[in-house]
Amino acid sequence: MNKNWSAFNIVSVVFGFTFLYLPIVLLIVYSFNASKLVTVWGGFSTHWYSEMLSNQGLMDAAWVTARVGLLSATVATVLGTLAALTLVRHTRFRGRTLFTGMVYAPLVMPEVITGLSLLLLFVSIGFERGFWTVSLAHITFSMCFVAVVVQSRLVSYDMSLEEAAQDLGCTPFEAFYKITLPVILPAVIAGWMLAFTLSLDDLVIASFTSGPGATTLPMKIFSQVRLGVTPEINAVCTVLIGFVATGVIIASLINKRRMVNNARTDADI
Amino acid sequence: MTVRGFSFSAPFFKPDVPFMKSLGSTRRSFTPWLDADAKPYISFQNVTKKFGDFVAVDNLTLNIYEREFYSLLGPSGCGKTTLLRMLAGFEEPSSGEIFLDGVSLKGVPPHKRPVNMMFQSYALFPHMSVRDNIAFGLKQAGIAKAQITERVDAILKLVKLEEFAKRKPDQLSGGQRQRVALARSVVLRPKLLLLDEPLGALDKKLREETQFELMDLQQDLGLTFMIVTHDQEEAMTMSDRIAVMDKGTVIQTGTPAEIYEAPNSRYVADFIGTVNTFEGKVVEKTDKMTTLLGNDGFTIEAVTTDRSALTKDKMAWFSIRPEKIKVSRKKPEKQTNAVEGEIWDIGYLGDMTLFNVKLDSGTIMRASVLNAKRTVDDPIGYEDRVWLSFDPDAGIVLER
Repeated sequence: MNKNWSAFNIVSVVFGFTFLYLPIVLLIVYSFNASKLVTVWGGFSTHWYSEMLSNQGLMDAAWVTARVGLLSATVATVLGTLAALTLVRHTRFRGRTLFTGMVYAPLVMPEVITGLSLLLLFVSIGFERGFWTVSLAHITFSMCFVAVVVQSRLVSYDMSLEEAAQDLGCTPFEAFYKITLPVILPAVIAGWMLAFTLSLDDLVIASFTSGPGATTLPMKIFSQVRLGVTPEINAVCTVLIGFVATGVIIASLINKRRMVNNARTDADI
Repeated sequence: MTVRGFSFSAPFFKPDVPFMKSLGSTRRSFTPWLDADAKPYISFQNVTKKFGDFVAVDNLTLNIYEREFYSLLGPSGCGKTTLLRMLAGFEEPSSGEIFLDGVSLKGVPPHKRPVNMMFQSYALFPHMSVRDNIAFGLKQAGIAKAQITERVDAILKLVKLEEFAKRKPDQLSGGQRQRVALARSVVLRPKLLLLDEPLGALDKKLREETQFELMDLQQDLGLTFMIVTHDQEEAMTMSDRIAVMDKGTVIQTGTPAEIYEAPNSRYVADFIGTVNTFEGKVVEKTDKMTTLLGNDGFTIEAVTTDRSALTKDKMAWFSIRPEKIKVSRKKPEKQTNAVEGEIWDIGYLGDMTLFNVKLDSGTIMRASVLNAKRTVDDPIGYEDRVWLSFDPDAGIVLER
């Protein structure tokens, strides 16, 4: 590779990254602003972080979001994995194309429509809106993402592994959890993380399906911003970014370590 | 080797020492299928398997005996793998029944069958070490830990993989993986081992070595082997009996020699090895001799072998293997079973020479000649006129 950076390269890299990260950097910087005015720098302070922690409304919303995320990601992962298994294994059943289409449709469905239709459903069956309705809604739209991730792994999975396990004395269920599940586990975990992030992220569907007492963090942030951006919100967002970034870094470290281990044992041969 | 676009292979004439030894020594008197009282170990009875409209196995009846090395040979899509999978329990017959040691296998799930299978892809568990892969079936059977270790150690030694016990499958070579798969399927000491193209993924040299390892293993452990292959050489080398399959039915079963020397149809003759086939009209048929007037302008006299309805004036095939044809510059004394032609292609293999001879009718005939004498001084060359001749018992008349 060429080590000498041309002026053109430098400019394009700087532009690109500025475009991507300037808003986020600004947000983080202003979360340490001592001034109450968002746009005027008044010196460094962690005042807004302690303010954030003592803001009961924000803390409640964060707690709701965490619970919704954990529950919906877990359930969506189970359902999505099952859907992926069916789609990959049973290549010849009546209505397979329709089934495939129906699993993937929510991927391209406008969130507003998903949200609205779920709202109509909950209202018509008299389901009281709150924590459970938001969780159900999140399960609905994130399970198809899990299905896509797991399916892409299963396509390259040799189904004779499971047959071999059965041949060696496993019941079909044992063959699944002793052989297939461990092999596809990275994809399942990736699917879970994706589902969790999607749930953490979601504003539109949550707004439609949530009720009193189940305000998620994005909803809370959005409603506060409408009254004006406070440094407190910046602090919340910075914590969120830190949270996500840590997760990504840990995941890539685990991955890298595994690659190094593999390379090491390969060198033994 | 390739000569002028023709691909020659001569698998059966290599003076390989271990090859000769294995063929001769061990199993001269093993012929349970000739014994009317012998009870078949595996019995397929009128088995049919359909996938939708496609008939993979068509009303098939087959008996296999204990300790037999049985091969299913055929092109891909002939139903041989389906047959194996029905035995392992991954497919249920659409109709008919399979018996193992006299017990019907109907409705018995794979994990309850005393049968193990070695998969074409090997199907090694990628997240487990070699040792854990091999121990998997034993653990599943609830065998005591100390005994598992002992048995795995023994089998690792047998397949010469002791040093690799801690490796994961992706850190092994193809040949090592094949041996792990084999070890994993025999460690449970199944009465019947099914092998789906066990040598398909290995290169030629390794394949030849492994063939003998498999044969020794089968002998040592006293197992019944049922193997699926599309490689006729592999089937010929290893099997006690071969079933040649096509389109879901068995065309012929027999020992390798029977299949090779006395095929019952043109399909079998063509599938196994190289063969010259001529069309001809039956001009005379006695109990001993069948005489054909060949379309290529020479009279063929062959020993009558078929018990079929072949009668005078019917058209028939005559098949003869290249090594059973004599090549000579001199015209043979006998008028029949001799034809003149021009040398078209020569494949010199050292131990033998392959000739493609163009007859005056335009047909290309293949002859292979063992180089018993040194031929350097007087070789038969391109475009030489030669006579091809053969004995009445060298070829076989087949019904059209």
